[in-house]
Amino acid sequence: MKPVLAVEDLTVTIGTRRGPAHAVAGVDWAVRPGETLALVGESGSGKSMSVLAATGLAPRTARVTGRVHLHDTELTGLTEERRRRLRGRHIGFVFQDPMTSLNPVLTVGRQVTEAAEEHLALTRRAARSRAVELLDLVGIPSAGQRVDAYPHQFSGGMRQRVVIAMALACEPDLLIADEPTTALDVTTQAQIVELVADLQQRLGTAVVWITHDLGVVAGIADTVAVMYGGRILEQGPVDAVFGAPSHPYTGALLAARPDPAAGGGDLVTIAGAPPSPLDLPAGCAFWPRCPVRGDARCEHELPPLVPVSAGHQVRTFYPKPSDGERR
Amino acid sequence: MSEQQISREGQVRRALSALRRDPLALTGTLVLAVLVVVGVGGSWLAPSGINEVDVDVMLQPPSWAHPFGTDELGRDVLSRVMVAARVSLQVGLVSVGIALVVGVTLGLFAGYYRGWLDNVLMRCMDVLFAFPVLLLAVAIVAVLGPGLTTAMVAIGVVYTPIFARVTRAGVLSVREQVFVRAAVSVGASDLRIMRRHVLPNIAAPLIVQTSLSLAFAILSEAALSFLGLGVQPPDPAWGRMLFDGRGFVTEAWWLGFFPGAAIFVTVLAFNLVGDALRDVLDPRQLTVSEARRSTA
Amino acid sequence: MSERQRADHQLNAAVPADGAHAAVPKQRDPGEVVAELDDLAVWFPTPAGVVRAVDGVSLRVRRGETLGLVGESGSGKSTAGLALLRLVDPTSGTVRVAGEDVTRWSRRRLRALRRRVAMVFQDPQASLDPRLTIGASIAEPLIVHRLTDGGAARRRRVDELLDMVGLRGELADRHPHELSGGQRQRVGIARALAGEPDLIVLDEPIASLDLSVQAQIMNLLRRLQRDLGLTYLFIAHDLAAVEHMSDRMAVMYLGRIVETGTPAQIWRDPAHPYTAALLSAVPVADPQAERDRRRIILSGDIPSPVDPPGGCRFRTRCPQARPECAETDPVLAEVDPDHRAACLFAGEAVRAMRSR
Repeated sequence: MKPVLAVEDLTVTIGTRRGPAHAVAGVDWAVRPGETLALVGESGSGKSMSVLAATGLAPRTARVTGRVHLHDTELTGLTEERRRRLRGRHIGFVFQDPMTSLNPVLTVGRQVTEAAEEHLALTRRAARSRAVELLDLVGIPSAGQRVDAYPHQFSGGMRQRVVIAMALACEPDLLIADEPTTALDVTTQAQIVELVADLQQRLGTAVVWITHDLGVVAGIADTVAVMYGGRILEQGPVDAVFGAPSHPYTGALLAARPDPAAGGGDLVTIAGAPPSPLDLPAGCAFWPRCPVRGDARCEHELPPLVPVSAGHQVRTFYPKPSDGERR
Repeated sequence: MSEQQISREGQVRRALSALRRDPLALTGTLVLAVLVVVGVGGSWLAPSGINEVDVDVMLQPPSWAHPFGTDELGRDVLSRVMVAARVSLQVGLVSVGIALVVGVTLGLFAGYYRGWLDNVLMRCMDVLFAFPVLLLAVAIVAVLGPGLTTAMVAIGVVYTPIFARVTRAGVLSVREQVFVRAAVSVGASDLRIMRRHVLPNIAAPLIVQTSLSLAFAILSEAALSFLGLGVQPPDPAWGRMLFDGRGFVTEAWWLGFFPGAAIFVTVLAFNLVGDALRDVLDPRQLTVSEARRSTA
Repeated sequence: MSERQRADHQLNAAVPADGAHAAVPKQRDPGEVVAELDDLAVWFPTPAGVVRAVDGVSLRVRRGETLGLVGESGSGKSTAGLALLRLVDPTSGTVRVAGEDVTRWSRRRLRALRRRVAMVFQDPQASLDPRLTIGASIAEPLIVHRLTDGGAARRRRVDELLDMVGLRGELADRHPHELSGGQRQRVGIARALAGEPDLIVLDEPIASLDLSVQAQIMNLLRRLQRDLGLTYLFIAHDLAAVEHMSDRMAVMYLGRIVETGTPAQIWRDPAHPYTAALLSAVPVADPQAERDRRRIILSGDIPSPVDPPGGCRFRTRCPQARPECAETDPVLAEVDPDHRAACLFAGEAVRAMRSR
């Protein structure tokens, strides 16, 4: 199946007072209809920026290079207006903080269908009944009455449902969810994860889910890309990556979480902190913290993404042989 | 105390190195330096005495002999502008100093403790704020008699509520910060928290307010002197000279122009320096190497 | 010692996987009680009404142990922690520290209390004064409580504290913005250690850190506890982290403790339906397990603490709620030795939920 959205060799450089920040340093990924791609990484890994840049939402100070295809249309060459139209028609967004995603002085009903009114040319009356339908779809009880309520009258979880309804209003082919559950409690997170999985099944939407939480990834993703220092270090089907992590970073991340089944010894740690996008190492970005430590080649030469199994690629000179399961 | 000295020295050094990189701020600083020199040594530096009347050169336009021209009594305008710098600077510094000390103290306590203290103090400030500067000055003159001191006290009292409000607003936001709670959690006293954590974090708006107020205080002094409530003739003051020159706008523009220009340049210089200081005093704007140098 | 350090830095050093460690529950003599909340209530007046942030909480922290306090937003777990430093004023109930009732202590006396109980905050960036150097922040408790004589001794102590948390001494002259998130949290910990407190309240100490840094901080906290015999109240929403860090743990919901026990008891055998739902909601980094697990999805949201439900507070979201639950406000009752739950149908309800 052809991808809904595909990026090739994407870079994002942002000018700052202290010099250029290489937020994204060459990234390729694609998401197909009905599929969930999880972009996972720590702060500053470039996971959000790669998606914002691909959809033309990068900050003005950012310089973006590379190719981005939405279905068959190359986006980077388009005018801002044309890109905005395509984005509105094909892509829905859900961001981390449901409160700031909503306008406090408009009713949720108006907000949910605001974009649809423009892109689908709905009348006011049709928009209202569509809003009720959407709020119902995302599991808001008594949607018929709640449609006229204001965002502050909703709880955090319910607000995020409203934002999801908003994102779905134009029946997008692609839903981009940028840390949509990070600001929510675990029990609410479970509700939202369940909701998105259910909607995806019913509507066949492709999803790009950006998160730092490996547990969430395990629950929602079909394919996963692990980002670090503006690049993908490992990507592939979720079972392959979690079952046989082949990059030292992925392995370390998976081992760093306390596992209640394993008891209370010291946790495996990664020394140091993630690199600054202002000062990326020339070679492998993970090299300074890498427990394998490699050699001078790691320090000076960027390792290529090499396949380790079907669809499973890893950016290291020293892939861990994918023998058997972790633990 | 030594830690504070170190950080204070660091700030001074940082301020100086930042000034070197910012041409506008450097200009402002140079202008202020010239003003201070003129203000302190004006009477020695001036080419002629301020009250040397020379009827032969009444209302002369600027020339080599009198670069700023002469006034209706034949006095040298340049000399008078130079000597008047002292009055303006003195009024500005003393009156803003009064307002700063009183206003910051009141605002700090009002904002930190809230409650009835806040209500009482800030209502008093509102009452003061409601008085026009001149009305208040007249009232103070009635008590103290006219003169420079009266002008300084009046301007200081009028600007106190502004500092109290700016301080209080800053305190209200800073006291909600986690680091203030952290200081409470280690057992720091209220006074220590105000001095060590709250004040330094509201320094930026206060510095900006100070530079603006210095400028406005100089303007206020001009107004008071014009009304005869400030500097008494024949002593020169920029405001006094500006207003005296208004009757000669058509035939002798230089009478008003040069004192006016002096006020303008001084006010501008204070603002430029204030803006630059605000930037420098924020440690988040330092690069690693600068900070290392400044605290080394 | 060297072995532990090696484990810290070696990626492939396996987490004890034989299960032996986990099988033996940590046994301790019930030691001296360092701090205690007794039927504590903390209510805040707000324009929307009186928020009952903490509404009848009792807990004891014993010397040398870590008591974990887990709950979602609005559960009152942070407020309970703040009460131990008297950073909030109790509405009723008692706060005891080292045997002394500090509930009504004056502001002046409270300053001394805050040497005995220290706190580490969630956001290390926000909890450090941006204008102070790292050294000055760490030295604050030393100055406030006059713990060192003169600048040189203070500087030595700051160096020592930095070393204890694994930071180089030269960082003392830096400002917070020049440090990474993990380094800043180490500074927060060093400041908490400065007064040699009896108890450290750790309020979500890893929540705002990157994953790879969280493990460093948890290891550091455990090492410091072993080396210095520290006592912790570890407050977090992250069940796995609380389980990992704690000797005993308590689960809070809407201002109340609903279950207490050892981490093993709570993890394997939750007795309260809320604990079971919370456990089932925690995502696990294992795709196969995620596909196989049966989630207990709670309906709706946590009710407003202004107007908590009568009877059992969890009944409005509880999949096993019965008519009796609206009548009786359940108290914490023993279900196993050292394992208590506040549910009329403790144990039974969870079994019913899981076999559904």
